[in-house]
Amino acid sequence: MAAEPWQRYEVPGPVKAAVIKKPEMVSILLKKAKKPIFIVGHEAAEIDLEGKKPIDQIIRIARAADIPVVTTAHAMAEFLKRGFKPAASMTSMDIGNRLTDPTWSVSGEDEPHDLALILGMTYYVGFVIEAGLKSFAFDHLKTVSLDRYYQPHCNWSFPNLSIEEWSGYLTIIAQEMENK
Amino acid sequence: MKKARFKVDELESDIFKITGLEATVGAFYEEWEEAPGPTPMPDISTFRDWDRILLNKYKPFYLPLCDLCCLCTMGKCDLSKGKKGACGLDMAAQQSRIVLLSCAIGAATHAGHGRHMVEELVSKFGSDYPLDVGGLSVLVEAPHTRLVTGIKPRTLGDLEDVLDYVEKEITHLLSCCHTGQEGDNIDFESKAFHAGMIDHVGMEICDLAQISALNFPKADPEASMVDVGMGSIDITKPVILVIGHNVPPAAAIFDYMEDGGLEDSIELAGICCTALDLTRYTNKAKIAGPLSHQLRFVRSGIADVIVVDEQCIRADILDEAKKVKAPLISTHYKNFQGLPNRTEDPTDEIVSDMVEGRSPGVVILDSDKAGEVAVRVAMGVFPKRKKSGIIPEESEIIEYATKCTKCLSCQRVCPNYLPLPEAMEAAAKGNLQPLSDLYESCIGCGRCEGEGVCPNELKLHSIIIGASRSKIKEERFKVRVGRGAISDTEIRRVGGPIVMGEIPGVIGIVGCSNYPGSWKDNAIMIEEFLKRRFIVTTTGCAAMNIGMYKNEDGLSLYEAYSGAFDAGGLVNCGSCVSNPHISGAAIKIASIFAKRKLNSNYEEIADYIHNRVGAVGISWGAMSQKASSIASGFWRLGIPVIVGPHGSKYRRALLGRKDKEENWYVIDARTGKRVYTGPAPEHLFISVETKEEAMTLIPKLCIRPNDTTKGRSIKLNHYIDLHKRFYGAMPDDIQLFVRTMADIPITMKDEILEILKEKGWKESEVPAPDPTLLPRLVRKKGDGNGS
Repeated sequence: MAAEPWQRYEVPGPVKAAVIKKPEMVSILLKKAKKPIFIVGHEAAEIDLEGKKPIDQIIRIARAADIPVVTTAHAMAEFLKRGFKPAASMTSMDIGNRLTDPTWSVSGEDEPHDLALILGMTYYVGFVIEAGLKSFAFDHLKTVSLDRYYQPHCNWSFPNLSIEEWSGYLTIIAQEMENK
Repeated sequence: MKKARFKVDELESDIFKITGLEATVGAFYEEWEEAPGPTPMPDISTFRDWDRILLNKYKPFYLPLCDLCCLCTMGKCDLSKGKKGACGLDMAAQQSRIVLLSCAIGAATHAGHGRHMVEELVSKFGSDYPLDVGGLSVLVEAPHTRLVTGIKPRTLGDLEDVLDYVEKEITHLLSCCHTGQEGDNIDFESKAFHAGMIDHVGMEICDLAQISALNFPKADPEASMVDVGMGSIDITKPVILVIGHNVPPAAAIFDYMEDGGLEDSIELAGICCTALDLTRYTNKAKIAGPLSHQLRFVRSGIADVIVVDEQCIRADILDEAKKVKAPLISTHYKNFQGLPNRTEDPTDEIVSDMVEGRSPGVVILDSDKAGEVAVRVAMGVFPKRKKSGIIPEESEIIEYATKCTKCLSCQRVCPNYLPLPEAMEAAAKGNLQPLSDLYESCIGCGRCEGEGVCPNELKLHSIIIGASRSKIKEERFKVRVGRGAISDTEIRRVGGPIVMGEIPGVIGIVGCSNYPGSWKDNAIMIEEFLKRRFIVTTTGCAAMNIGMYKNEDGLSLYEAYSGAFDAGGLVNCGSCVSNPHISGAAIKIASIFAKRKLNSNYEEIADYIHNRVGAVGISWGAMSQKASSIASGFWRLGIPVIVGPHGSKYRRALLGRKDKEENWYVIDARTGKRVYTGPAPEHLFISVETKEEAMTLIPKLCIRPNDTTKGRSIKLNHYIDLHKRFYGAMPDDIQLFVRTMADIPITMKDEILEILKEKGWKESEVPAPDPTLLPRLVRKKGDGNGS
């Protein structure tokens, strides 16, 4: 599907996310990043992905790449059920706000995160939070949407994908990181 | 209020001659028991310092809906990534300007409503008509008006003077949004707070007037129950539907029905706040539903006449009314709909034109006349219309469903991206259940039917409604009508337990029906807190939706819980303009229970509420500009507000940073020393995504520095219990809220002690300060810096 906002009227402005045409590109971004972070919302545990959930792939990626995960809404419970302890749980507003702070990182070190992978927030909530990051964290943070639908305010985003395509993309990223 | 008036028939001197001069000079407010405080009639600058204290603690996080500013002809300007517009404004200031604009629109809408209402009631009852919102049980009848302006209103005429002040402030606030005015985002935010404060005065005026003159329930916890839901309407009778917020025309309809002995022969039902206020006027009226029911009810064809006044009316209401051959009567100049103004025409002619179909709609700006016309037209068209609606039957739905191409276009314009294509696929095979399952999550906007959305022009909203016929027939519930104010006696009874924290919190669940999921989520959330003995107050569409749910005993929550402002009470205050009764209860706790001066003493009262009154507002379906100004009135009082996920589109949150210890100090008014009290409350305005998240945040945002150890223990118990239920683990911030060992909930002691040990927690040196953020309130002068 095309690289246009999934919700038709969520028009961003003149600068739109570059489209991730190949999932391998995400692994390259992750390998280059000094301090990546994964932001995962509740939908990651709700969407059926060919018998699995996106959260299962996220855990694979996070473990393989040693990326801290911050969960939003009540997603934390699903991670814990799978034996994975997120670095923190907070509202999507909180994590968005903190990522604009160049002195904040989830580990408590002063150096900020330089890459945020985002998946599983409500589409329009993700849209505005990523817009906030675009305008208020642009000098230290790049953002990547791994959601099924195109998120134009990120630096990079998947285009609108079918479930099968999305599942395949996440699997490839997980494999890439596990084989690094 | 009294004014000095003088009149000179003729005055002649060596240099001038005056005849027929009449003038009014100044205004003298009758004294009331309290001497004036420091800030009567505050202007935009008066509380700037107080706002900055709050905004330093709760910094804005901006969430642009788009990167552009489109407000002037130098634009469009791209403000993203640190760029400034042609006028010099940056993104933070632009977003805060939009927040101010939204709050100013909201405040103007309520104030305009109030002005119109008061003028009409003064013309009917006289300016000396006394105000009475609860007799001797409500002596503090207008907490906001007294607190902000210093005026103690006694008559309808006094309210006009308060509105003069309100309108002046709103004009100045709106002017600040013009190009080339304010440039600082925090100053824009402070102005938005001012708009909110003013809005609560404007709303209070509106409700004071209608409670007094229209004899609504007066602080009555046992106000009567009325029917709510489309299934409660008797379709064997002529039905008049009223929509909007300004109740006098609807009241006039009932008066005409009653005068003619027709009140049992005609159904009078309403949508949105006019419905709520109409049921405060007569319990024979019914509530068809909230804003989200407007399109579905009109299209059902049940209404024989539609009468609209102001606010929250669909802009295409005339088109929709024409589709079902229901005549439309507009009763307000804010909503002409392009219709002819027939106010001065003979009533018989208007009725005849509408009944005979020569006129699809009219404007009538006289409530009594509109009332008569509505009733006579309803009776005239009822036999002809035969309730003709445009909701498809089952066989038609199946036929339409076969035309669906699954292009996903409808889903992609739906605010809640409801899975319509999947449901249509099932319907094409004869299974309408998936369509019916969407009914309670559909907010009734009709965007799925917009021009160019569906390639086959399928009327998807009507299709959802058609698939839900059996559900709609069962839509019969009970709502306790709006009781108005919280009485002074109730405040005296619960003030102590609230301030000490032993009643764990006061929740105000208010606002529109732009929900992210089922409307029942509102009630599910609230039932949890009623069981936990919180006080729950409500207004507006949320108040209706709480009623449109039955608990496991088959009762609506209004039937299951008391209407008293007490632990475990569910208090419906009324319509949108009844919101100041909720914020006013917090003011009255400071004034009546704690005996803080009320008269023109806003800052001190807000400081008291922020530090001591464990209250939180929730607007799960916030949609409008009015909702933003209502929220803003809570913010300036230091009361946190949670909105549902659609509330993220208000473009900013006001967030505390619990990881920054320096933000969470108060001054101990007894010693003047700075004392760390933890992030209590943690945020001032936040959008959350799920009801589980909201339910966990609610008890946490009720925590206040002033809690007693017993109170803090109770609040922590609720917070931790819900966190464990929904997040599967203990919260990671318990150590920030436990001040002493006595704060720890006894049943969780071992778990919590382990966490405290791990986090290196130490007992607070001053666990229970007399908290203030205002150095001038320190009784024993220290340096205010804790040194």
